[in-house]
Amino acid sequence: MGIIFDLNLINLLTALAVGLAAGYLGAFMVMRRMALVGDALSHVALPGVAIAYLYNFNPFLGAFAALFAGVIIIWAIEHYTSLSTESLVGLIFTFALAIGLIITPQEQILDALMGDISRLTTANGIFAIVASLAVILVMKTMSKKFIISSISGELATTSGISTRAIQFVFMILVAVVVALGIKVVGTLLMGALVVIPAIAAKNVSKKMSSYTGLSALFGTVSMVSGMILADATGFLPGPLIVLVSALIFAITFIFVEY
Amino acid sequence: MDGQILKVENLEVTLNEQKILENVNFDVHRGEVLAIVGPNGAGKTTLFKALLGLVPHSGLIKWMDGIKIGYVPQKLYIEHGIPLTVKEFLSLKTNSFEEIKNVLNAVGIVYDETHEHHVEQHILNRPMELISSGESQRVLIAWALIGNPDVLLFDEPTAGIDIGGKQTIYHLIHNLQETKKLTVILISHDLNVVYQYANEVVCLNRKQICIGTPKETLDHEHIQMLYGGKTSFYQHVHKEH
Repeated sequence: MGIIFDLNLINLLTALAVGLAAGYLGAFMVMRRMALVGDALSHVALPGVAIAYLYNFNPFLGAFAALFAGVIIIWAIEHYTSLSTESLVGLIFTFALAIGLIITPQEQILDALMGDISRLTTANGIFAIVASLAVILVMKTMSKKFIISSISGELATTSGISTRAIQFVFMILVAVVVALGIKVVGTLLMGALVVIPAIAAKNVSKKMSSYTGLSALFGTVSMVSGMILADATGFLPGPLIVLVSALIFAITFIFVEY
Repeated sequence: MDGQILKVENLEVTLNEQKILENVNFDVHRGEVLAIVGPNGAGKTTLFKALLGLVPHSGLIKWMDGIKIGYVPQKLYIEHGIPLTVKEFLSLKTNSFEEIKNVLNAVGIVYDETHEHHVEQHILNRPMELISSGESQRVLIAWALIGNPDVLLFDEPTAGIDIGGKQTIYHLIHNLQETKKLTVILISHDLNVVYQYANEVVCLNRKQICIGTPKETLDHEHIQMLYGGKTSFYQHVHKEH
């Protein structure tokens, strides 16, 4: 069997926790018709990661700072223009990607785009696990509010829920999960990690609770098996994780009732 | 008529530098049924949004203190394939299954020992997007009834429902208003229904064209002013069998 060169317990647990959070959050992103936002946002992280490499600080912090700025800019511009979130995300994402590609040091470009969990320190791993669990906890506690505001702004407001505040909290949670995920699968493939488990879960679920639960489960299974496969084959974990989730989607597709 | 529960004075709504509503004035008293009528694009839904505090406005909208408002939208926009069951939908607003049973009973979905299995299988455990438009309207009304509101706001409660279903929904609204002593504000295209059930009518076409009882407002002259051209309204009387 494969030689375990970088697949240690902390890496696996990190992948498990991040997969769980990404899958769970992804279910809500698909519900909010924000399937591509995760994909686009992950590119916004690139300049942050680049600056972290240049000035030698934790790339996670760089990624999160860039994402946070991106989220605030999108959220604010959305309020002042009639442009849709999607078109704004399109603008910010390509702009950030262009800046990121120019300033990322050449030798680190592949790591930033494809992810590199092998160099994850124990401290960073523990941080990622705690942050993932925190995201799940916040989502779970506020899930009813997220669901109501996704299906009707009017129903949310008349039930005393501020849709604007909910959208803000949600975007911050997305930023955290994306920042955590790009360490594992990289900026190019992070979008898949939030979308594919959710649409696979949608294929086989008949109620909301199984949809969100299965999405989290599929996210975890994809992450962990992708990591184990990477260890066995020597390929990068990122693409393998995405391939596993695509395989899960293909299997669930058999069960769709249209 | 005791207690004024809503006062609207000189209401004006401007969106994207375009005046959608101006000079709207009316009062609503407890137990009344107020109907808002007008052509498409007249600003009826905008008026509702203003009443619910969803769009900025100038002028006065004063609800009585502590009033609880239940809102029934035309429809929900659930992303295709998202499996939100009726039970899960109603549970978003209350944790009490007893309350869910009560509001279902109130909208004519009888949940008792004999009907339990049927209601569970054919309504409660089905995804919201798969139930019929009539059932969906009942479920939305049930949602609005959770928490015992004093006022119900309906935005075209029978849009997309066939004629038989329309009568049933209006009977239901009428019964709720009588048994629960609710105040009802509704937007409707169906002038016959307005004639049958409303105490007060506000005719709207960007501006308030008329206000008064159905008899005063739904006459030939006002209808023409409101809908233009040669539109007329023929009231038909429903005979009780």
